[in-house]
Amino acid sequence: MDFKTPEDILNEGRKRFNNLAGFAPLAIMGIVLLVGALGSIYSIGPDEVGVIQRFGKFARLSQPGLHIKMPFGIEKLTPVKVERIWKEEFGLRTLQPGIKTRYSQREYLEESLMLTGALNILDVQWIVQFRVKDPVKLLFETREPLENVRDMAEVVMRRLVGDYRVDEVLTTKREEIDDLAHQQMQEILDAYGTGVKIVTVRLLDVNPPDPVKPAFNEVNEAKQEKERVINQAWEAYNKVIPMAKGEAEQTIRRAEGYNLDKINRAQGEAERFLLTYQEYKKAPAITKERMYLETMMDVIPKAKDKYVIDPNQSSILPLLNIGRKGGLE
Amino acid sequence: MRILSGIIIGVVAVVMLAFISGLVYRVDETQQVVITQFGRPVGNAVTQPGLHFKTPLIQVANYFDKRLLQWDGDPNQIPTKDKKYIWVDVTARWKISDPLKFLQSVNNEISAQARLDDIINSATRDVITGHILIEAIRSTNRIFEGEESDDVDVIASEEAIERIGVGRKALEGVVLTRAKKITPQYGIDIVDVRIKRINYIENVRKKVYERMIAERKRAAERYRSEGQGKRAEIDGQREKELKVIQSEAYKTAQGIQGRADAEAINIYAEAYNKDPDFYTFLKTLETYKETIDENTTMMLSTDSDYYKYLKKLE
Repeated sequence: MDFKTPEDILNEGRKRFNNLAGFAPLAIMGIVLLVGALGSIYSIGPDEVGVIQRFGKFARLSQPGLHIKMPFGIEKLTPVKVERIWKEEFGLRTLQPGIKTRYSQREYLEESLMLTGALNILDVQWIVQFRVKDPVKLLFETREPLENVRDMAEVVMRRLVGDYRVDEVLTTKREEIDDLAHQQMQEILDAYGTGVKIVTVRLLDVNPPDPVKPAFNEVNEAKQEKERVINQAWEAYNKVIPMAKGEAEQTIRRAEGYNLDKINRAQGEAERFLLTYQEYKKAPAITKERMYLETMMDVIPKAKDKYVIDPNQSSILPLLNIGRKGGLE
Repeated sequence: MRILSGIIIGVVAVVMLAFISGLVYRVDETQQVVITQFGRPVGNAVTQPGLHFKTPLIQVANYFDKRLLQWDGDPNQIPTKDKKYIWVDVTARWKISDPLKFLQSVNNEISAQARLDDIINSATRDVITGHILIEAIRSTNRIFEGEESDDVDVIASEEAIERIGVGRKALEGVVLTRAKKITPQYGIDIVDVRIKRINYIENVRKKVYERMIAERKRAAERYRSEGQGKRAEIDGQREKELKVIQSEAYKTAQGIQGRADAEAINIYAEAYNKDPDFYTFLKTLETYKETIDENTTMMLSTDSDYYKYLKKLE
């Protein structure tokens, strides 16, 4: 019979195990090598910098490319994006950036309402853009660099708005505030050692709070109305005055014309008289006679009723009726 | 072959054992460690990053953050010296400067935060109640310098007309100084305290809105009346200038005409005065020509020169 005794089976098992056991170290070594290889090769992207720590202590920075480090947790890699620009929003949130950016309709009044220098209230929205300038500081100096950026953005903006007037924040001093906010934020963040560089601080929409907006609009309308009323008055002026000036000119010209006319006529008549007089003076008596008779010749036929009276007679009798048809009746 | 693999296994085993048992511990750049033995701290704090040794199993490494940490309390409702109720939201930055003391006093960050709540909130409250509102809002007096703009944000509230003596930044400094005095006993160093937000409480805000609205309405009214006033001015000027132009023209025209009349008279007189009788004669003859027409009844005497030859020839 070919039965295997329990001891035989155990022996066989032991033999097989011993054979396998020879392989065990090799297998473990293989795994170790593999893990080691995987843990020691790494690559840094073009917009990154690699921070290498050995047993927790900072060892070196790695520039973009393929590198080797110590595996098995001896050296740890933390890549940091140093080219990328981050944006933080205050008082608003962008839902979907793009060509037609969509903003959240929700108001972020806790963030956006603030007091001005004259103790009025404004609704201020702004953004901060920043990037990493010192990856070592970023990782090791502060626990929450991003929260530092956000907190200080609010601290600085509120501090600045608290020094300006409503109209300055709305329009005239926006750029000044942007610049100062940039400066002051950078100062604080550097003092904290965040390793962050502020790229931009920019005020976006600044508005009076909703309940007050209509009153502000009213002022703009009133300003426009003032302009309009004044323009209308000047228009009326410009319609009347130049025309009046023109008419005045005309009146004077007319008078001058009258002047000329009158004088010319006078001169003409004077001239005529003088000429007549010259002739008359040459033979006064006969000229006078002639002129008289000529006039009578012209005039007497015109009159219908003519009476010739002899002054030596005492009564008036129609002795002569020249020119009247029908004769005595 | 067997020996090599044996060595490798041995090394790996030893290393793992070292870490598990606690012989070796690692301190990161962001960490600091206090070693305690049976609850009692041993030696100074370990702040150097890297690998360190301690007694395994018996000694424990307590880790603390070495970095700048933040404290951000809840907003508090605080009245200012001039009785304005405002929400004050303060934020602070602190460090565990003495991890040993820290471990012994507050032991962990949660209770540290609670302790900081008390310290910073009370310091803030003291400072805010000790100053008028405007001191917590403005940092400088720049609002009083510079040109008055046309659309002046009229400083309507009386307290806003005052100049500040201290200012926002200085107030933050006072809170920081006060808090800084207390915290070292906890191994905490407060690096910075800042006012993050100040806002009116709800019903004060409503009043401020009302004030702003009233002020804006006043400004609007002012613009409107300025417009009306200027228009009246321009209209008045227009009327006046019109009268002046017209009367001047009239005067000048009259003058011209008067002079013309005078000169004409002169011309006539000069001429006719040469022989006034002759002029009278001529003029009379002209008058006969003009006035005698078919409606005229003429009475002629035989004495007249026209008829004189009727009587007799002479």
